Amino acid sequence: MAPSAEATVEPIQPPPTPPTDRPLHTLPAPFTDSNLTVLAQGAEALVYKTVFLTPNTPCVVKYRPPKPYRHPTLDRRLTKARILAEARVLVRCKKEGVSVPGVLGADWDEGWLALEWVEGKTVRRVLDGWAERITALQREGKKTEEETEDEAMLGLMRRVGRVVGRLHEIGVCHGDLTTSNLMLKPPERADTSRTPDHTSDSLEGEVTLIDFGLATQSTRAMQEEERAVDLYVLERAFAATHPAAEPLFQEVLKSYGESFKGARLTLRRLEDVRLRGRKRSMLG
Amino acid sequence: MAKVRTFRLPHYDAYPIQVAMFKDVKNAAFLRSQLLAANPEFDYAFLDATMILTPQHLLLATFQALHNSRTSRLKARTAHSELVFRLHPNNNIGESYRTFGISDSTTRLLAVKLSLTPDVTSESVSRHLGEVVEGESVEIGEAGEELGGWADEGKIRKVYKLNGNGNGKTGVVKNGQARDERKEMESVILGMMTVKGS
Ligand SMILES: Nc1ncnc2c1ncn2[C@@H]1O[C@H](COP(=O)(O)OP(=O)(O)O)[C@@H](O)[C@H]1O
Ligand SMILES: [Mg+2]
Repeated sequence: MAPSAEATVEPIQPPPTPPTDRPLHTLPAPFTDSNLTVLAQGAEALVYKTVFLTPNTPCVVKYRPPKPYRHPTLDRRLTKARILAEARVLVRCKKEGVSVPGVLGADWDEGWLALEWVEGKTVRRVLDGWAERITALQREGKKTEEETEDEAMLGLMRRVGRVVGRLHEIGVCHGDLTTSNLMLKPPERADTSRTPDHTSDSLEGEVTLIDFGLATQSTRAMQEEERAVDLYVLERAFAATHPAAEPLFQEVLKSYGESFKGARLTLRRLEDVRLRGRKRSMLG
Repeated sequence: MAKVRTFRLPHYDAYPIQVAMFKDVKNAAFLRSQLLAANPEFDYAFLDATMILTPQHLLLATFQALHNSRTSRLKARTAHSELVFRLHPNNNIGESYRTFGISDSTTRLLAVKLSLTPDVTSESVSRHLGEVVEGESVEIGEAGEELGGWADEGKIRKVYKLNGNGNGKTGVVKNGQARDERKEMESVILGMMTVKGS
C-alpha cells in the first residue's frame, strides 16, 4: 500500500498543447459551415459538440487538424491510424458490453471521428464536490465519517473498479485513465420524457469510460504492466483530489481485484509501478 | 402517389433524403430487373426493409453515401448503390445487394432516393414510386421510428456476427443499469459500418 506521502504527489500532467496553424473554426466536410462550439482542445484533437444523423442525436466530433510540421503523407497516415485505433477499440468495447460512447461515424481522410454524446458529469467533478464537503467539515472541526463512509460514494467507487476491470479483462488498456475520462451517466428516467436529470447530485448511474485516444489492445505479456499503469494513473488522480480520497480508491481497487481472473496479479504489479514512480519523482 | 417522408441529415441540410416504405409488394422482381438493367429512371436504393434495424442504421448508410458522393470518393457506381454497399460489414458489393437489397421475393420494401439535384423532390419521388411499385404505401412518421418496425433482429444479428458472447441480451444489467437491447445492437453496428474497409 502507498505511504500517505504518496497521496500528496502532483498528478501526472499531459504534455503542453502544440500550436496549431489552422484557425479553430475551419472544420472539414461536412461540418465546415455548421458553426460548431469547441468543447475542448486536447493535445491531438479539437472536440466539438453537435448532432449527427438526426437532430436529436447529440454527439462529439473529435477533429485532428493537419500538423504543419509533419510531412503531409506521414501526417495523413498517422491521423488515419489514430482515428481508426480509437474507433476500433471503442467498437470492441461496445461489442463486449463495456460502457463507452458508441462510434457514430468517421472520415479519417478528413480527420474526424463522431462519437455518441455521454450525458452526466465526470468522476473528477463528483470527487471535487466531495472533497469540498470534506474540507468544509474539517474547517468546522467536525467529523468527516458521514462523507468518507457514505455508502452511495463507496458504491460509485465499486462501479469504477468494475468497469476498469471489465475493460482490462477484454484486453484493452485505456492509456490515460484519469478521473476526467470517467463519466457518471445518470440513468434515463423511465417516464416518457427521456431527458436525464442534470440538476441532481445523485451518484446513481452507469460509469462510462471516455477518451480512448491512447488506448491499446495489447498482447498478454504487455498487459499486466499496462493495466497496472492504468491503475497507477487513476490512483494519482484520486490522490490529487484530496488526501481523504485514499480510502475511496482502496474501494476501487477492492472491486477491481474481484472483477476478473488476473486482476490480483495486476494489483501486485501496481506495487512495482508505485515504487518506480516514487524513485522517478525522487530523482526529480 | 406513394407516401414519402423527407429526412434532412444534420450538416447536409441542402440534400434532402426521400424515403418510402411499402408492404405486400407484388412486383419486386420487376423492380429488381430495372436496377440490374441500370435503368436511369430507377436510380434508387431499394432495400429489404426487414434488414434495417433502426432509423439511425439506415441514416448512417445514407450519410456515408451522400458524404462520399459529395467528396468524390464513391466505391460503388452510384450514390444509391453506395448506400446499399455501406450497410454490409464486408467489402463486397454483390454480397451487399444480396443481403440488404431487394430480392425477387421481397414484400416489405424500403425505397431511398437522395435529392442530389433540384429536380428530385418529395413530389417527383412520390409520383414515380406510386406508379411503379405494386404494394401498399406505409406512412413514415417524422422521427422515422417505422423504419426499424419490420426488422428481423435474428437475420441482422447474423450478418453482423452479433451472435457471440453476451452482447445485447434482453434486459442485461451491467454496471448498475438495464440497457436497451436494440440500442446496444445499433451502436455496435454503426461502429462496424464506420470502420468497414479501413
Ligand atoms: N462522448 C463524449 N460525451 C461527452 N463529452 C465528451 C465525450 N468525449 C469527450 N467529451 C468531453 O470532451 C473532452 C475532451 O475529449 P477527449 O476525448 O478527452 O479528447 P482528447 O483526446 O483531446 O483528450 C472530455 O474531457 C469531455 O469533457
Ligand atoms: Mg482527454
